[in-house]
Amino acid sequence: MAKVVLTYSFARQFAGGKTEHEVSGQSIRHLVRALDERFPGIGDRLNEDMAVAIDGVIHQNAFLEKIAPDSEVCFIPALQGG
Amino acid sequence: MSKLHVTTTINGEPTEFLCDARETMLDVLRDRLGLTGTKEGCGSGDCGACSITVDGRLVCACLMFGAEAEGSQIGTIEGLAEGEKLHPLQKRFIELAALQCGICTPGFLVAAKALLDRNKNPTETEVRYWLAGNLCRCTGYDKIIRAVMDVAAELRGATR
Amino acid sequence: MSSQHYKWIGTRPNRPDGADKVTGRARFGADFNMPGQLVGKVLRSPHAHARIKSIDTSKAEALHGVKAVVTAKDFPEQPNQIVPAGEMQANLRDVTRNVMAREKALYDGHAVAAVAATTSEIASEALALIKVDYEVLPHVIDVDDAMKDGAPILHDHLRTDGLTPPSDKPTNIAKRLEFVKGDIAAGLAKADVVIEREYKTAAVHQGYIEPHATLASATEDGQVQVWSTTQGHFQVRGFCSRLLNIETSQIRVTATEIGGGFGGKTVVYLEPVAIRLSQKSGKPVKMVMERSEVFRASGPTSGGTLRVKIGATRDGRIVAADTTIALQSGAFPGSPVGPACMCSFACYDIDNIKVIGFDVVSNRPKVAAYRAPGAPIAAWAVESTIDLVAEALRMDPIDLRLKNAARKGTKTHYGPTFNTIGMVETLEAAKNSPHYKTPVKPGHARGVAAGFWFNVGADSSAAAHVGEDGTVTVISGNPDIGGSRASLALMAAETLGVDYDKVRPVIADTSSIGFNFVTGGSRVTFATGLAVVNAVRDMIENLKGRAAKIWEVEPDAVIWENGYAKPASSNVGKFEPLSLAQLAAQAGKTGGPINGHAQLNAQGAGPGFGVHIVDLSVDRDTGIVTVERYTAAQDVGTAIHPSYVEGQLQGGVAQGVGWALNEEYIYDAKGRLQNAGFLDYRMPVASDLPMIETVLVEVPNPSHPYGVRGVGEVPIVPPMAAIGNAIARATEVRMLDLPMSPPRLSAALDAMAPKRAAE
Ligand code: FES
Ligand code: FES
Repeated sequence: MAKVVLTYSFARQFAGGKTEHEVSGQSIRHLVRALDERFPGIGDRLNEDMAVAIDGVIHQNAFLEKIAPDSEVCFIPALQGG
Repeated sequence: MSKLHVTTTINGEPTEFLCDARETMLDVLRDRLGLTGTKEGCGSGDCGACSITVDGRLVCACLMFGAEAEGSQIGTIEGLAEGEKLHPLQKRFIELAALQCGICTPGFLVAAKALLDRNKNPTETEVRYWLAGNLCRCTGYDKIIRAVMDVAAELRGATR
Repeated sequence: MSSQHYKWIGTRPNRPDGADKVTGRARFGADFNMPGQLVGKVLRSPHAHARIKSIDTSKAEALHGVKAVVTAKDFPEQPNQIVPAGEMQANLRDVTRNVMAREKALYDGHAVAAVAATTSEIASEALALIKVDYEVLPHVIDVDDAMKDGAPILHDHLRTDGLTPPSDKPTNIAKRLEFVKGDIAAGLAKADVVIEREYKTAAVHQGYIEPHATLASATEDGQVQVWSTTQGHFQVRGFCSRLLNIETSQIRVTATEIGGGFGGKTVVYLEPVAIRLSQKSGKPVKMVMERSEVFRASGPTSGGTLRVKIGATRDGRIVAADTTIALQSGAFPGSPVGPACMCSFACYDIDNIKVIGFDVVSNRPKVAAYRAPGAPIAAWAVESTIDLVAEALRMDPIDLRLKNAARKGTKTHYGPTFNTIGMVETLEAAKNSPHYKTPVKPGHARGVAAGFWFNVGADSSAAAHVGEDGTVTVISGNPDIGGSRASLALMAAETLGVDYDKVRPVIADTSSIGFNFVTGGSRVTFATGLAVVNAVRDMIENLKGRAAKIWEVEPDAVIWENGYAKPASSNVGKFEPLSLAQLAAQAGKTGGPINGHAQLNAQGAGPGFGVHIVDLSVDRDTGIVTVERYTAAQDVGTAIHPSYVEGQLQGGVAQGVGWALNEEYIYDAKGRLQNAGFLDYRMPVASDLPMIETVLVEVPNPSHPYGVRGVGEVPIVPPMAAIGNAIARATEVRMLDLPMSPPRLSAALDAMAPKRAAE
């Protein structure tokens, strides 16, 4: 089970205000699918405009990225640089 | 509108061109003569990207009419190197990374050369004030000032 | 230092494009021309907010020499949803309206029509003949005003995203964000000192010296070629493809040399217009912005209003941090409020944090990215407040920051837990710098501030080709904005084990190399560097295979060392090493040309931290601030070409000094920009600055073979607060609004004067 962390405002919008969730899945794709089953509608938004930090490392596009069972996965607003 | 016929010398080469009465020297250089090394950053005399020399005087080409070139000696960035040898300023700018994007570089080089032509031993403050008419947004000026100071010292050494 | 075992990395060779750029040969955006080209110009709204009732272009079209006129009607409508275009997430409904106003003009300078004519004069004349019937509407410039009930509404369909429960009221607040860690009330209850202030920053422009410029040629068979000064020619292709319904393979975009961008050249303004004019006229069309257009209609970055509250215990432990950040996004949603919120307290390990952000539209040009977008704005407020805490606790500002510094294992308020980071090392390097160890001179005062940026990775492609003489061409697709050709060549030479001058880096157009994300976010040396290293490694595998064929051994019996193929051990047989040139000479016999390729989505860019120290003096009569000494320390991963790393730091500092002391967008009561030129929008010149000392702290990034970390963004984050903190120490006046320009500072000093006299 990976620990998924949502931002506070995102959690309030989609997940009843709970920011931390235990979710199982081997890749980000699986995690997003599982979350979307729990909280319908969240999947599109996560795919659309969020970046992902897996164990502290930020990924801009992490669809296929593998997840270890004890990973910390944080969805954060997407970034752009100058 | 009929055009003006202008006879001048650019980087040592006798040159003739036709231009409108209100056309700037910058437009003449870039659009009529294909000398695009002189850059346009503002068109209003505020950035120095268009620096050229007219009879040894440092001028913003965007503030000068093409017709004013009649009979004068114009110097642009294209004339700075001698044959295949870069001017010491050009060489040092590359070596010291005094350019990042490079859009301001032709203007700085022309302006720096004009400074060293009249002041062989400028202080850092003199260099900074002389070049205050040239904007650079990338480098913070540090390496540009160092390169100019370095070349001044190098040229003094060579003539001694 | 970490780079000692490298032959090329960490050295300072001449850049490959140096000679071109010092002789005037290098061709920038406005230096490209085509036979028969027309001149394109844009008509811009003189109103901050106006409904466009009608546009009559007939007179302009009838003018001799005018070959095409376009308005919003010439661009297809786009869906109101976020879609990828050239890998940027964008709302195309907004993008097409920013390129050409539709129902309404939303800011002074908003494009409403464009013409292409045979000469510049005719084009200008034609613009004057276009009749636009405007219904002028009430406008709003300031974020605070735009958030008020009853403010003029820019977009009737806009609702605040992120509200629970959702609201159905038209608003200018496009988004509300909230980040929470721990319990802010409990944290504040523990604090011995609580400081709260409200700050403002002004909108500032990236200020690249080269104006936007493009040349577009659309042919009768539907193909399009574009030359553009851009940080991302693949993004230009992506946006033009979407906005004009042209397949990406039909559009070929060449990035010209680029005269600065800093984030401002990651979006499209002129390109779709030039293509459309070219399609309608059947001729190539060249468009170059004037400086005033650059200011009125491109960039800038947000100004904002921020409230910060920080609580600390007597021993200097920060126990609570709270901020609300409202940023201008310009006429369309999309300010960098997300990164501003995330960067705000990222330098510190604090148990209780609450951050709220608002993205607010107003009648200003749509903001574009500017170096570490959002972070400098948040740092201005947070780092000023931390300085107040240090003053209240009578602690050294670096010691206070060290006591609270984020480190490996620190959980950030936006979620992730930090891996290896260099905040502590950077603070220590600043503390041990010659500058900080030197006592402050009489008449001067010292300020310190820190800053953070994530850095980004993303998509890159690269190729490496061996020529028949054994020299190498490395091909990538990111415009070189500050010496990246040199860094890429250094990494390629290091990987291949050949001399730097045997490697020639080339930047290819969109049809000649695979996709590359923008030059931005400090990603090129990191991500494209990784692609180059991988392409070279791929080529090395190929080279080893060729040697194996020549020697009639298995490929894994060959190793690659210092530019030579060698037998892996003496068991393989006795063979003389084969050089790159020897292998290249026999390429035809061993399987054809020798190339390498790589494509990747780079992950793990690794965050960067900076700590800046400034000594300055203040003329109390005029309010003029003189920066006397400046040092920037930064965790840079590995400095591939140290001169260009230093240059990034120095350039960022100079921009920060401008942001702190002078730069701002000034609007009149009608919402018209008052200072759209370099004379009135005052950027630092050489005589405004001292030399800028740099301290490069090398904490290699574990996600990159050479430890590269992005370096270009961080240095613009700390300067404003460092300068404000020094001014506070010099004058006892704490400036809360940027810029701290002479008139404002002298007014603040005057306001203080009676108080001082009374004391
Ligand atoms: S273009 Fe002449 S000074 Fe800027
Ligand atoms: S190097 Fe870019 S403006 Fe000077």
